[in-house]
Amino acid sequence: MEQLVPPDHPGGVALRRKRRVGRALAPYLLSLPSGLWLLLLFIVPLLLMLSLSLKTCSPSTGACVMAWHWGEFSSQISLYHQEFITSLYFAAAATLVDLVISFPIAYWIAFYGGRRKNFFLLMLLVPFFVSFVIRTIVWEFVLSNNGVILGALKNIHLLPHGFHILGTSYAVMAGLAYNYLPFTALPLYVALERIDRRVLEAAYDLYATKRVGFMKVIMPLTVPGIFAAFLLTFIPMFGDYVNQEILGGTSNTMIGTVIQNQFLVTLDYAGGASLSAILLVVALLGIFLYARLLGSRTIEQYL
Amino acid sequence: MTALDQTLTPTPQLEVAKKRRWGRYVLPTYSWLVIAYLVFPIIIMIFYSFNKTIGSMQLVSFSWNGFTTQWYHQWSNVPGLTAAFWLSIRLALVSTLIATVLGTMLAIALVRYRPPRFRGKGMFEQVIFLNIAAPEIVMGASLLGLFVTFNIGRGFMTLVLAHVMFSIAYVTVTVRARLAGFDTALEEAAYDLGATPAVTFTRVTLPLIMPGVLAGAMMAFAISIDDFVTSNFLSGTSVPFPVWVYGATRVGIPPQVFVFGTAIFTVGIGFAILSIVLARKKA
Repeated sequence: MEQLVPPDHPGGVALRRKRRVGRALAPYLLSLPSGLWLLLLFIVPLLLMLSLSLKTCSPSTGACVMAWHWGEFSSQISLYHQEFITSLYFAAAATLVDLVISFPIAYWIAFYGGRRKNFFLLMLLVPFFVSFVIRTIVWEFVLSNNGVILGALKNIHLLPHGFHILGTSYAVMAGLAYNYLPFTALPLYVALERIDRRVLEAAYDLYATKRVGFMKVIMPLTVPGIFAAFLLTFIPMFGDYVNQEILGGTSNTMIGTVIQNQFLVTLDYAGGASLSAILLVVALLGIFLYARLLGSRTIEQYL
Repeated sequence: MTALDQTLTPTPQLEVAKKRRWGRYVLPTYSWLVIAYLVFPIIIMIFYSFNKTIGSMQLVSFSWNGFTTQWYHQWSNVPGLTAAFWLSIRLALVSTLIATVLGTMLAIALVRYRPPRFRGKGMFEQVIFLNIAAPEIVMGASLLGLFVTFNIGRGFMTLVLAHVMFSIAYVTVTVRARLAGFDTALEEAAYDLGATPAVTFTRVTLPLIMPGVLAGAMMAFAISIDDFVTSNFLSGTSVPFPVWVYGATRVGIPPQVFVFGTAIFTVGIGFAILSIVLARKKA
C-alpha cells in the first residue's frame, strides 16, 4: 500500500498522518468500550454505594439526602454483628475444609495425573455444570431427615430417629464447602503443576527425603496458590446467602441475607449500602494484601 | 547408631515402598472418593428427575415414589419455569456476545501496548483484578443502588448491563492468556504482502486467536446462565432461571426443575468433553 503512493503526494501524507494518529489511538480505542462499561457499571455504583451509606433516606418516599451520617455504620454493626461473625465463622471453616480436602487431590492430579490430567480436571469442575441453586437444593435432598444418607443410617439404627442436620450450622458449612470446592482445588492444582520438577529432583539429589522435599520445596512453592485459593473461596463464601437460606435454620443467618432483605424487602437502602460497604472493606483488605504480596496479575493464572 | 535411631531412619527400600504405596494406592483412592463426592449430588439430581410425585400438587418430595419419565414428556408444563429458562438463554447469548467482543478488544490492547503508548494499562489491570475478586453481593447491591438512584426500571436491559459487566474481566483474562504466545511476525507478513489492517485482522489475527475467544465466550456463557446473586437484585419482572428456581424453594419445586438441570448438565458436559477431544486431536 505504502509504495503505491509517492512520499511527496499530498494525499499520501494525509493518509499516513491519519494512519499514524490511528495507530497512536489504537490502544485507547480498543479499551474504551470495556473501560466505559466497567466505569459506569462497576466503579461508579461502588462509589455511589459508599455515598449512599452516608445518606439518610426517608422510609416513606425513598428519597435520600446526603447527611454524612457516619453513625449508620456503627448502628448497623451493633444491629448485625452476630450475622457478620456467623458469616466469618462459616466462610473460614468451610474454606479450611476445602483446602484440606482439595490439596491431596490437586497434588495427585498435578504429579500423578499423567495423560488423564484433563479428565480429572473436568471431574473437579463437574459441579459447575449444574446450576448453583439446583446444587444447593440437591444437598437439601441429600441431607434431609429421611433422605438417602440419614434415612439409610437411621434404618440400620446407626443414628437416633430424632437426628437431623438440615437447619444446623453444619448443613450450611457442608453446602458452602461443596459449592466452592472447585474454586479451591483449581488454584492449588495450578500452583502444584507449575512447580519445576528439576528443583524437586535437585532436592532429592542432595539427599532430601520425600518428606523434606515436600515440606521444603513443594509447600513453599504452593503458598501463592494457597493464598489465591483462599481469596477465591473465602470472599464469595463470606457474601453467600443461598446456602444458609436453603440449608440453614433461623438461628444462623448470614450477612448476605440481611443485605438482600434490606435492598429488596425493607427497602432500607442506606442500611444495606453501609453493610455492603463494610463487606467490601473486609474483602478489599484481602484483595490488597494479595495484590501487594503477589501482584494483581498473578490471580489470572489461577482462574 | 542406636536401635532407636535405626527405626527412625527408614531404609531406602522402605522409602521406595512407602512412595509407591502413596502414589499407587492411598492418593488415587482418596482422589476417586473426592470425585465421587463431587459427582454424587448430580447423580441424585438426575435420579430425582425420574421420581413420581404424590398428590395433585406435582412437586418434588424427598421420598422415592417410583420411576417415571413423565417430567421429560411434560418438560414445558410449568409456564413460569419455561419462560425463565428461555430468558436465561437469551440473556446469556446477548451478554456473551457483547462481553466477548469488548473483552477481546481489551485483551488485545493489554497484550500489544505498554505504558508510553497505552497510559492506564496498569489501572485496567487493577480494575479487572478487583472485578474478579470483589464479592458478588456487593456488586449486585451497588448496581441496584445505581438503577434506583437514576430511576432505571429493572428488567432484561439491566440484566444484560450487569452480566456484561461481570463477564468482561473473565473474557479478557482468558483471551489474554491465549494471546501471550502470539507471533506478530505473521501480521507483519500480511502487511508486507499488501493487506489492509481490516483484512489482516479478519484473515490472520482473528483465526489465530479464535480458540482463546471461544474459550472466553464459553466462560462468559457459563457465568451468565448460572448467575443468581446479581440477577436476583436486578431481575424485576423478567426472572431468569436460577432466580425462578430459588423463588420456588419457598413454595415447592416442580420436578421439571431437575429435568432442566439434567439437560443443562448434559449439554455443558458434552461441550467440555468435545473441547478436550478436539484439543487432544490437535496436540
